[in-house]
Amino acid sequence: MGIADRLIEDVGLRRGVSRLTPEIIEKTVNAVISGETGARLKAYAETCMRCGLCAQACHFSQSHPGDPSYTPAGKVHQTMGVLLKTKGRVEPDFIYGMAQLAYTECNLCRRCVHYCPIGVDTGYIMSTVRRICHKLGVTPQYIQDTAHSHSATFNQMWVKDDEWTDTLMWQEEEARDEFPDLRIPLDKEGADIYYSVIAPEPKFRTQLIYQAAAIMHMAGADWTMPSEPGWDNSDMCMFTGDFEMMARLKRRHFESAQKLKVKRIVMGECGHAFRSIYDMGNRAAGWKMPPVPVIHSIAYFWELMTEGKIHLAKKYPGPVTVHDPCNVVRGQGLHNKLRELVRFLVDGDIIETASHGEHNLCCTAGGGVINCGPPFKNVRVAGSKSKAEELKATGVKTIIAPCHNCHGGLEDTVHSYKLGMEIKFLGDIIYECMEKPEV
Amino acid sequence: MNAAYEFVTGPLAWVAWGIFLLGSAYRLVSMYQLAKKKDATAMAFMDLGFSLRSIINWLIPFNALGWRNSPLMTVATFAFHACLLIAPIFLVAHVMLWDQAFGVSYVTIPDTVADIMTLVVIAACLFFAGRRFVQPEVRYITTPQDWVALVIVLAPFATGFLAYHQALDYNLMVILHVIAGEVMLAAIPFTRLSHMVFVVFTRAYMGSEFGGVRHARDW
Repeated sequence: MGIADRLIEDVGLRRGVSRLTPEIIEKTVNAVISGETGARLKAYAETCMRCGLCAQACHFSQSHPGDPSYTPAGKVHQTMGVLLKTKGRVEPDFIYGMAQLAYTECNLCRRCVHYCPIGVDTGYIMSTVRRICHKLGVTPQYIQDTAHSHSATFNQMWVKDDEWTDTLMWQEEEARDEFPDLRIPLDKEGADIYYSVIAPEPKFRTQLIYQAAAIMHMAGADWTMPSEPGWDNSDMCMFTGDFEMMARLKRRHFESAQKLKVKRIVMGECGHAFRSIYDMGNRAAGWKMPPVPVIHSIAYFWELMTEGKIHLAKKYPGPVTVHDPCNVVRGQGLHNKLRELVRFLVDGDIIETASHGEHNLCCTAGGGVINCGPPFKNVRVAGSKSKAEELKATGVKTIIAPCHNCHGGLEDTVHSYKLGMEIKFLGDIIYECMEKPEV
Repeated sequence: MNAAYEFVTGPLAWVAWGIFLLGSAYRLVSMYQLAKKKDATAMAFMDLGFSLRSIINWLIPFNALGWRNSPLMTVATFAFHACLLIAPIFLVAHVMLWDQAFGVSYVTIPDTVADIMTLVVIAACLFFAGRRFVQPEVRYITTPQDWVALVIVLAPFATGFLAYHQALDYNLMVILHVIAGEVMLAAIPFTRLSHMVFVVFTRAYMGSEFGGVRHARDW
């Protein structure tokens, strides 16, 4: 029982491991542990009482009942536990399983926090395992590809500079059929709002940029988008363990906003990017809190609602259920605003899943897991069984999920478990229901 | 036998308390220095109010999600820790020892209550041991250190119980009991029992992050 019994072939992991020797591993492991970790890891390793309470927290272990190798403490036991016990003296083959487990069987969702009396942060430990894997060059190919893209282009999807502005202008042009005087202002100095997105939006979810522009336009916002790199708030380097690039990405992002002298950054409906901007990336770049205030779409739309700046022509037909993205509920406690907003937008009840609010169950896509690509899709879908059961029990047809990765994950879950549910962004609903000019 | 008793309650007691107090202080200070040097991104967020918020909420039985989902373990854990602390500190016989040695005396609990508390600690230890055998998720992660910690805690209570009820050889049992208690004290800074020293801080850190930055409950 354990990761060694369920290894999956991945080009990136295989190539990385083929370059390793026990000496390289020992040196790297100890360099990270003694150089980059300190009292936190030491205290966690020592004071975890191995009580097993966290087993019930994790959607992976819930979805694999009776298999303790999927529990949070079980996952630490198989990875960091071994590294600490052996002082890094492990074989290359061990690193393969360790990397597979850390990258694909933990979403860093932090739900186990609610179960650990000691206060062990398993997400931090698994991030540190990933950090070691990154330093060893053993990362799943798909997510490493996006991390390389970040390094080369400062966006996740190899979107070229001219393609970026071209896409924005294309969306502006499209939107003008519906909103004749709509603009997507580029590089407007001193604007109230700097709107930031993730690179998959210009790449293949352009309708999200269209919708955001429509909402900003109808709300009469003073907003802008940057034409130069820094516009992508996403951060796969945070998840591969490339903390140097994580810091550079956030620095570029914030400095791009500072250069435009904007009042604040409003970001699209993304969870992991929020974690990077508000929690991890800013710290890596040396800012205790974001140097430019950052507002997640949930909070921004909530503001528009409370200030009466969204006018609805109709309400979206309910009942609905709400999926809470880990990175914004256990990341900034936005679950209450999310529900107030949904009640405003939807005609009908919110039928809650058994685990909701900050106690939500993860979509199983976050933490870079979905970004590890097709080789690991089945692992992910199997891990979301408990989420699927909770969703099914609501009996509703609509899931509102304000996070891109959650969407990707939930789409697979809904499809695989034949839940017959549709998944909506807040922006989808606002755009569909808001008053539009008559053209 | 008398000389042995004198030794374990005299010099050996000083050694045990010395290791416990100085060892704990050393562990705390060195951990703090390590944290200052290496965990600046964590230390910067420490907040007294949110630390207390987290600690208090976790001290309420069945308040945290984890407690609610494991009711038996919750009852066992709370009963175990409460009895583990109260019984030895307020036991009449122990307070008499303080009185004899330093002239310090304070409130005590009736022996019958202490006896029941001792049984609770023993029962809880057996329950914890049983979990380590029976529950797959606990068995999977159990290490020799966890057994060592459990035995170290069980020993003074088991021997104390036997001594109090004058089962077996009373004099021998008392000496074993004193030694077992001293082993436990001395082991606190250097075994899994160190959670007694560190848990306040791990809890406080998690509380500070969730309170000050993440605006969510960590329980």
